This record gives sequence, structure tokens and C-alpha cells, in this order.
Amino acid sequence: MLQNKIQEVFNEPGCSKNQSKSDKERKKGCTKALQPGGAAGGCAFDGAKIALQPITDVAHLVHGPIACEGNSWDNRGSKSSGSQLYRTGFTTDINELDVVYGGEKHLFKSIKEVIDKYDPPAVFVYQTCVPAMIGDDIEAVCKAASQKFAKPVIPVNSPGFVGAKNLGNKLAGEALLDYVIGTEEPEYSTPYDINIIGEYNLSGELWQVKPLLDHLGIRVTCCISGDAKYHDVAQSHRARANMMVCSKSMINIARKMEERYQIPFFEGSFYGISDTTESLREITRLLIQQGAPAELHDRTDALIAREEARAWQRIAEYTHRLRGKRVLLFTGGVKSWSVVSALQEGGMEVVGTSVKKSTQEDKEKIKEIMGQDAHMIDDLTPREMYKMFQEARADVLLSGGRSQFAALKNKMPWVDINQERHHAYNGYEGMVNLVKQIDLALYNPMWTLLRKPAPWDMREART
Amino acid sequence: MSTVIQSRKACTVNPLKMSQPIGGALAFMGIADCMPMLHGSQGCTAFGLVLFQRHFNEGIPMQTTAMSEVATVMGGLDNIGIAILSIQQRTKPAIIGICSTGVTETKGDDVDGYLKNFRATHPELDQLALVYVSTPDFKDAFQDGWAKAVESMVKGLAEPSSARREGSVNFLVGSHLTAADIEELREISESFGLEATILPDISGSMDGHIPDDFTPNTLGGTPVDAIRRMGEAELTIALGEQMRPGAEALMTKTGQPYVLFDRITGIEATDQLLDCLSQLSGQPVPGKYRRQRSQLIDAMLDSHFFFGGKKIAIGAEPDLLWNIGSWFNEMGAIITAAVTTTHSPLLEQMPCKEVLIGDLEDLEARSAGCDLLITHSHGRQAAARLDIAFLRMGLPIFDQLGAAHRLSLGYRGARDLTFEIGNLLMAQEEENRPDSWPLPMEDHDAHAPFAFG
Repeated sequence: MLQNKIQEVFNEPGCSKNQSKSDKERKKGCTKALQPGGAAGGCAFDGAKIALQPITDVAHLVHGPIACEGNSWDNRGSKSSGSQLYRTGFTTDINELDVVYGGEKHLFKSIKEVIDKYDPPAVFVYQTCVPAMIGDDIEAVCKAASQKFAKPVIPVNSPGFVGAKNLGNKLAGEALLDYVIGTEEPEYSTPYDINIIGEYNLSGELWQVKPLLDHLGIRVTCCISGDAKYHDVAQSHRARANMMVCSKSMINIARKMEERYQIPFFEGSFYGISDTTESLREITRLLIQQGAPAELHDRTDALIAREEARAWQRIAEYTHRLRGKRVLLFTGGVKSWSVVSALQEGGMEVVGTSVKKSTQEDKEKIKEIMGQDAHMIDDLTPREMYKMFQEARADVLLSGGRSQFAALKNKMPWVDINQERHHAYNGYEGMVNLVKQIDLALYNPMWTLLRKPAPWDMREART
Repeated sequence: MSTVIQSRKACTVNPLKMSQPIGGALAFMGIADCMPMLHGSQGCTAFGLVLFQRHFNEGIPMQTTAMSEVATVMGGLDNIGIAILSIQQRTKPAIIGICSTGVTETKGDDVDGYLKNFRATHPELDQLALVYVSTPDFKDAFQDGWAKAVESMVKGLAEPSSARREGSVNFLVGSHLTAADIEELREISESFGLEATILPDISGSMDGHIPDDFTPNTLGGTPVDAIRRMGEAELTIALGEQMRPGAEALMTKTGQPYVLFDRITGIEATDQLLDCLSQLSGQPVPGKYRRQRSQLIDAMLDSHFFFGGKKIAIGAEPDLLWNIGSWFNEMGAIITAAVTTTHSPLLEQMPCKEVLIGDLEDLEARSAGCDLLITHSHGRQAAARLDIAFLRMGLPIFDQLGAAHRLSLGYRGARDLTFEIGNLLMAQEEENRPDSWPLPMEDHDAHAPFAFG
């Protein structure tokens, strides 16, 4: 069952990266075989949790030993405008007896307790490695619990050892497609309804874009899954268009919604000014194609003109300070190119961008923006990156938390642009903020003090 | 004396507990030039890595045997060998510390046996120390994983010795000590002219410093060679009840005596530690500590007004709970709620009515009306809902800076903690108001004091 699902996900026809593979390669799946002693990424369970936890009003119950939830709960930066239930950690915390006798009854009782105490609109049950090994059938338990308690209890079958985070994102999408999307009808719908798929509202950055859509009268009926509510996801099949963000992590949702409910989708991004513009245009185009009044087009153009000009003007204020500063961009997928133009507009030079997680399309885009000799980095070991900053071959590092120390320990500035960041970088507003944060990082007076050797070291160096 | 009860809930809500393997991994992070590794799915390591990185604000050396579904079902012993060879080739550590996980324990991999064979077939790796510890996720807690890793290191590395080096002392320290606590401990023992081997020593690796060059392994800690020579010390001092099995193992192996102090915070606890070091070294207690002791007494005098009768709720692992709970009790506060993660002989001796092995939902339910809530960062939601003062203690602390540098050991540690918590409690004091002292509700029919008419 699960193996079939995984093969199906690997065979995603909407994924261009997948389509460019040979049959043999495709069978191996989306991720390179994990190397013992040389891997450090998250597991499929982690990926599933990242993708679904942003649904704010449901109880996320992890069936497994304490490690899976106890070591990781409430530490993702997804923000909610309402319910805080998604930040409550629920786990069966299975013990030795469960491992010997099976954990299904324990899981069933846990579901009951959660419903009795918290009464959420739905419970999401996450499978993990140990119960998968001992043969706990979470689909059966969820089905029985749904009937008994008259409430949706959704199995998310994505135990850690089936693969990496990216696969977990997709298996989470499958769970929504199989059990949630299309199970309820909305009270009403409008020609201006869209879903945004693959946006997790980290640091609340969805709210940097929503005012633009609100201004145009476009309604985000559901964001999958940032700041989403269960019923919104269940009713999301009545939207007129889907936008898919965050590269291809949830492409299966977008493609299957098109197949099942004839909702056209496009792949876009709100990182970067031109991307935001392009995405707004594409949303508008799809809505008009689906029957929205054509005047939406002109209103969108007017908004874009106004907001782009405002953003460029604000970024230009930094140009004289940032001109010639060398940026190393170490991230993945869409972000490997989408922020480049904003950095260039701010006067900065991108000395390298990582393409480890990027698709062929991403790479083409990089060449388009940065020129044919764009410095694309396939993989950079922590040691090499450390050396790069030790030798001051870049002035600032833009990356995720893992690699921050390559810059910081060399007394070089770092700006966090991945999932644990505290700042929001979406839309026009976000790009201005990113440039501002880079400026703050580069020009902190502290650096001068840190880089100056202690007086005795200077004396010793002289003698 | 307290009654120890175990939560009967099926569903753990807002976990207080973290798992054994990452407790073991952190103990290995206190060893110099080490690469800790979890034998499990790569996610087991990734979660630990993110957790420690956010707590320490440091790059975390931690590897995985990256067990796939097939490897897990068929047995993943070969993954261990592949991982060791790969790590040896890329990062060349002095030691690899291996912790099992729930995934590999369910299958029941015989890692000890495998490593014996591996050793025999790879003589070229004789210089590389390998220590394995069994730490299934579905049993015990973080503190137990730390303790078992220390015990395994002692059993696997320490060598018996007939010679005793004068002025040499071992410390086995529990997971409740921060980098700052260990630093203080070293400074204290050095001031008696003693040469200390501290195991594990996360103050060398996780204290947040700027290394001279890049290393993918730990940046410092107890050298493997120093562990091998622990048998030469005159005495072993264990800090924390969790260190008893480690100390026993060392005694069995080397014939060396040990003493155990189950507390590190407070005037009497520090007196006992310093007195022990004074007797061992034959040196008087240095003037600076007599001065610090006097400062601590003054701090207690100044702040006890704010501690007396205050209701304190604590969620912590057993040794930390015992250390801080006993100290609050000495300061006149009342432990009204105590929740912990795993069994310990200390729990029954806790100065409160009841200790519950449970989660933060249990702690929240018991904390209403308390003056102060103490637990790790995950208590932030509960504290906000209850609207009470909150002190972060333990691990993880991911929403405040400087977790490694919180000091509670020694006179200085107790003095600063007294002021820090005294200030929190002082801020809670309520101003008196005209309606602060209402009379009891009067029942006009039955008990009216004056009857008119």
C-alpha cells in the first residue's frame, strides 16, 4: 500500500525534474540514496509534519516513541491568525509493551482522549518508523475512530525511514487528497477564489502578500497549509485557480486538483519583486480565464505598477551602501534565483548560488538572471564554505541555520533566509525587508571590534 | 517525602520528556574530537541536531547510519560499518560514539557483536575509539541516555592502574550541569591545586567559542586519552544521582573509591563539595570562596522575603528537579507541582507531596495559582495561558540566548540564581488596594451579627 503510494509520488507527471529522468532513475525516487555516515537531512515523517502542521485548528497526533514528537515539537515558525492548537504536542509516546503487543489500542485511546479534551474539527495521525515496523495499521485505527467519534481522523502514512523530507511533503499531500480535500462544500464561492499551495506562512509571510490580493478582491479560500483551518482545506476544491509555491514540494496536490476538479494551476513564487509581479499577473490571468470579469487585469496592472515602484524606490535607498558587496546565496530551489534580482538591484554581487535542490528549470533561470558564467554551486562542504569566509571571498552569507557558523565563526555576517528565520521575506514588502536586513548585518559596528586582534596578539605579531 | 505517581493517560500532551539517544549523543559531544552517531533513520539525527543547534547556537557534530526501510527490516548492521568508514575517511575523529534508537532496537541489532567483528577485520582503525550504547527511544528518557553513554565510555575506555597520581581527581557530571557549571567546577578544583578530569566536558565543546580552524568533529571536551587514564586518579566525584552507575563501573574497573553529591546548588551542597576537595588536596578553602560564601549568605538574607511561602511549579528531569527543588525548599518556597520524565531513587525524597512522571499538560493543570513556573522552553505556552512568571531551565532553551552560560553551581552560581529568581518573585508581589482585605461573605438570614427590628 505505502510502497505503491511512494512509487506513485515518485512518478509525478507534473514534475519536470522527474520527467527528465530515465525509467530506472525514476524508480529510485526523488532523493539520492542516503549515505550512512554522510547524511544529515530530515526524514519523511519530518517532511509530512512540516507540510501539515501549519493547519492550525486540528490536533496533530504523532504515533511513535517520544523521539519523534518530544525532540521536535513547537519549533517551526509557522504563524496562525486564530487557533493555537497546532502548537500543542500530541504523541502516543509508545513504550516497550506497545512494541511487544502492538500499539493500535494505545493509539485509539489517545485519539479518544484528544477528542474528549480538545474537540478539534479533525485529528491528524502521523505514522512513524517503530509502529510501522511492528505492523500497527493506522489507516484501520483512524477509520474505526472516525466512525466511533463521528469526526475526521486522518492517517498520514509517512514513517521516517521511507525517505527524505521532500518525499514526506508529498505523502502529506496524498493524505490531504485522499481524506480531506473535497469532503465538504463551501457555503458560497466567488469568481475570485484561489488556493495557495505549498506556502507554510513562516514568520507570517503570507500576510505580506495577502493585502495585495485583498486589495484586488481576490479571496484566498485556502492556503495549504499556512494559517489554514481544517474546513477550508476540506472545501478548497471549489476555488477557481491554484497557485503552487515552494518549488515542487506539493506538486501532487496541484496536479491532482486539476485532474479531479478542473482547477488550473501555475507554479509561482512570492520571493523577489519580479516573481511577485509575475505571480499576481498569473493569478489574474487564470481567474479571468475561469470567468472572472476582465477588468481585474487592469486593476492588477495598476497595483503592480504602484507597488513595484514603491519597492524599488525603497531598495534604491540602500544601493550606495550595498554596492559591490559580495553575497553567497546558499539555499535551495526557487530561492536560488528568485532573490537574485533584488540583490542585484540593491547593488550587490552574487558570488555564488547553490543548486543542490534546484531543478533544471531553476538552473536555466539562474543563467538568465546572472549570465552564462553564473557561479552555481552543486555542493559545498561545510569545510569549503568555512574556508571561503575565512579567506573573505564573500562579504555576507544568506542561508539556512545549518550553515550559519561558516560565516559567523569567521566573524562574517549571516542573514537567515530559511525556515527557522525570524524575518518575513515575501512579496514586495519582504524584499525591501531582506535588503534592509542585509544592510543591518553588514554595517553593524560590532564587526570592526571583533576582527581587531587583542593588543597582546598584535604586540606578539610585531615582534 | 513524596509519593511518586505515573500518569495514566494514553496520549502524552506537550511532552516534557526527550528521548534517550540524543541524551547519549550530547554526552558524546563532551568528548574531544568526537563524532556522535545515532544508529537509526536519518530523521532521528536531524531532530537532535536542530534541537541542540537552537539550544547552544553552535554547529552540531552528529551523524546517522541513515537506516532505510529495507535496511531496518533486514537488519542494518552493515550500515554501521559503512558509516564508520565514511566518517573516518572524511572527518578523522579520535572517537565515534554510537547510540541505538527505537528503529534499530525494535529489530534488535546486536551491535556489540558486530563491532567486535568489525574491529577484527579492520585493524587499520585500531587508533579510532568506538563506544556503543543501547538507548531505545521507547524506554527511559534523555537523562538516562546521558548516564548510559557515560557508563559505556567508562567501561569501554578507562583502564585499571596500580599507580595513583597525587592531586588527580575525576568528576563524572550529570546532564543537568551546563557548560558554565562545568567551567566553574574546573576553576574550583584547580584552585585547590587539583588536576581534574571531567567526563563529559561540554564546557570545552559547547560553550560557544571561536575555534582556530574548522573541524566537523567536537571542538573540545574530555580527551579520549584522559578517559583511559581515569584509573590513575585518587578519587572520583560523581555529581548527580544519574552518575552512580558510571561511578560504580569505574570503581569496579579501577578499584578507585568514589563519592557522590546529588546536588550542585545551594550553600550546604557547595560546602560539602569544597570540604571534600579541601580534604583531598590537603589545602585550605581559598579566600575567594570564603568571600563568595559570605556573599551567598548575604544574598539569601536580602532575598528570602520574596521566597517565603511562594508556590513553585517545576517540570524537569529527576536530577535537575531534585537539585532545584531542594534549593527552593531551603529558601522557604513550597513546591506545589513537580513533574518529571523518568524514575530515580531521588523522587521519593523530594520535599513535596507528590511527584508525577508525566508531561507539560499535567504540569499546567497543577500550576494554576502558582507564583513561578520552571521548565524548559516548551513551557512558554503554559506560562502564557496561566499568566504566571516563567523561568526557563533545562534543555531545550531555544527562545532565549546564552543557555550554555547559565550558572547554578557553587556559591557564585547560587548567589546569582538567588537574585535572578528573587527578582522574578519580587515583580509578582501585588500592591495592596482598598479592597485587598474583604470580610467573609455574610449570610444575612442565619448568621447576621446584629439583628435589627
